Amino acid sequence: MMFLATITIGLKEGMLDPEAKAISHALGNLGFPTDDIKTERVFLIRFDAADHRDAEEKARGMCERLLANPVIHHYEIEVRR
Amino acid sequence: MRFAVIQFGGSNCDRDAHYVLSEICGVDTDLLWYKAGLPRAYDAVIIPGGFSYGDYLRAGAIAARTPVMKDIVAHAGSGRLVLGICNGAQILAESGLVPGVFTINAYPAFICREVCLRVDQTASPFTSLYRPGEVIRIPIAHKEGRYVAPEKVLGELSTEGRIAFRFCSPEGELTPESNPNGAMENITGILNREKNVLAMMPHPERASELILGSEDGKKVFLSMIAHIERSGNA
Repeated sequence: MMFLATITIGLKEGMLDPEAKAISHALGNLGFPTDDIKTERVFLIRFDAADHRDAEEKARGMCERLLANPVIHHYEIEVRR
Repeated sequence: MRFAVIQFGGSNCDRDAHYVLSEICGVDTDLLWYKAGLPRAYDAVIIPGGFSYGDYLRAGAIAARTPVMKDIVAHAGSGRLVLGICNGAQILAESGLVPGVFTINAYPAFICREVCLRVDQTASPFTSLYRPGEVIRIPIAHKEGRYVAPEKVLGELSTEGRIAFRFCSPEGELTPESNPNGAMENITGILNREKNVLAMMPHPERASELILGSEDGKKVFLSMIAHIERSGNA
């Protein structure tokens, strides 16, 4: 059966986020000052799996083998039909 | 003796590397489209700079998962040499041949200029012709070159002598000002445990002729050639 995984990849706590820093400067220039901003990336992936548990397992495999780099990233997986 | 230079879609320093190896260093070198795999045994494989797969996902991430990398891992496993330059270094880190990751520069700009490097390990097939602590001038050209690794890995790299190059001042000091991308401990060239794989962000092939301002990078290739001759594989 088909499942949809929503996978969010972000930097681990304490990792430098140069893009977020540049964006916060630009937001400040527009009158939206903030010194707390994080960037994350979301993947919406539809694929076939035997059941919910199998779908989660496959999504985790995608994260660990390609989508995330374990040196700098953490990831969150949400799977639904 | 035969070298291979791997071309991925988006490689753009492949011909420079091929030119320096074949014309300047005088070694037989094949340009290989990645889909060909490694069709024969090579003494050394070069993964050149560029923007393989447009740096999609992360620099080097997609190229690191192509089938040719299995051949390159096997080639490295047999003790033969692999050199990754710039995007090639990112690919080697993404493929796990060297630890850590080369990620977006601390100041997220593309930096293309000559920098000073200190040679921190000369007991390797890539650096044996340098003097220990020698300061050399080689250009960098990247936006994702900041070396990051867990503390434990940094400790291992240091104690095992696996840091080949660090960014430094012209006097050889490791200062924050001489670290153009914010790399941890100024690291920009790392070896695998067996020291037959080197991943480096600077471009030695762009510093191999005096007419281009520096030939400090040429010794990387000449060291490799000398190593292969010494091992009797030539």
